Amino acid sequence: MRCQKCKGTATVELRRHHTAFCNAHFIEFFDRQVLRAIERERMFTREDRILVAVSGGKDSLALWDVLRRSGYAATGLYINLGIGAYSRESHQKSVAYAEAHGAELLIADIPEDYGMSVEEFARATGRVSCSACGLSKRYLFNRVALDGGFTVVATGHNLDDEAAVLLGNLLHWQTEYLARQAPVLESTHPRLVKKVKPFFRIAEREAAAYAIIQGIDYIVEECPNSAGARSLLYKDALNLLEQAAPGTKQSLYWGFLERGRPLVRAQDDAALRDCLHCGAPTTGEVCAFCRMTELAAERMRIRRGVSHAEPVSTP
Amino acid sequence: MKVVIRHQKREVEVAGRRRVRDVLVELGINPESVLVIRGAQLLTHDTQVGDEDMIELRPVVSGGGA
Repeated sequence: MRCQKCKGTATVELRRHHTAFCNAHFIEFFDRQVLRAIERERMFTREDRILVAVSGGKDSLALWDVLRRSGYAATGLYINLGIGAYSRESHQKSVAYAEAHGAELLIADIPEDYGMSVEEFARATGRVSCSACGLSKRYLFNRVALDGGFTVVATGHNLDDEAAVLLGNLLHWQTEYLARQAPVLESTHPRLVKKVKPFFRIAEREAAAYAIIQGIDYIVEECPNSAGARSLLYKDALNLLEQAAPGTKQSLYWGFLERGRPLVRAQDDAALRDCLHCGAPTTGEVCAFCRMTELAAERMRIRRGVSHAEPVSTP
Repeated sequence: MKVVIRHQKREVEVAGRRRVRDVLVELGINPESVLVIRGAQLLTHDTQVGDEDMIELRPVVSGGGA
């Protein structure tokens, strides 16, 4: 197979675009896709201070890499979730990238700051691990961005991630979630930082190809808690469809953004106020993160036989 | 050739010269879900590989999450 641009040996075939590229021209294509998404969706400019959520995986490190190479002011944020060897390796990959590229990396440490890991939060409160983990990450991305004066949080969610979430929301007609699914979530409260997904046009295998071609050393092993996750089942199903009909994932998600989301958008009007405990924006009196951490701490105290209530530690 | 299937943490031997696409079909792996690497080089699915090669099938599907 030949590169469409230079006719050299192709390394990456893009069936949904009916094309293939060599390493250099794939990177050129990739950059263009990401920059087009950033500009068309008005995600941020070179004046913004961007906080990139970095997990040590291919998507987040690739995103950080593209933004840095393209002249954006992008600082990484790694969150230690306390998931054993997986967290240790993902931390090491994130730090190694930052050191090798002279990039600024902030670290938030959940076990250190809140006294327990996300798995312990989950066990203590009866949540599934992925739910406690997602809630903790969303909360800390916003909090660290706010405290650090960042104007936008960028995550590495790619086309496959978004298509899988969309499929799940459609299968269960989660209209509330459908209304909130978008590549740009504007700030709707003074303490809520804008969130963007610059890879929403990028397929998962394209992000992996970028990372490999750029020599980025990322964590390949999956989080042990993701085994059996419903989102992986949806991704497998979509990959079966994609293999038979290239462009299916793109058509599903981009079509939703263009034609489906306007139909459910009106429902996205929940008023936000300040959490009574931490000040974060929330629709209730106390935000979901405070409720989870406080309940977990209370149950741990009961288990340990401590009867008096002590305030939950906050960083 | 030796095929390292990274996400299944196993290695298999596949005999004979053939295209990458045929190796994946033989192993029952959806080509959408992996990248194929020889040395440090990515391979397209029409690339011929033979007995002397060692290739890695690197999963691209990640997630879980909420």
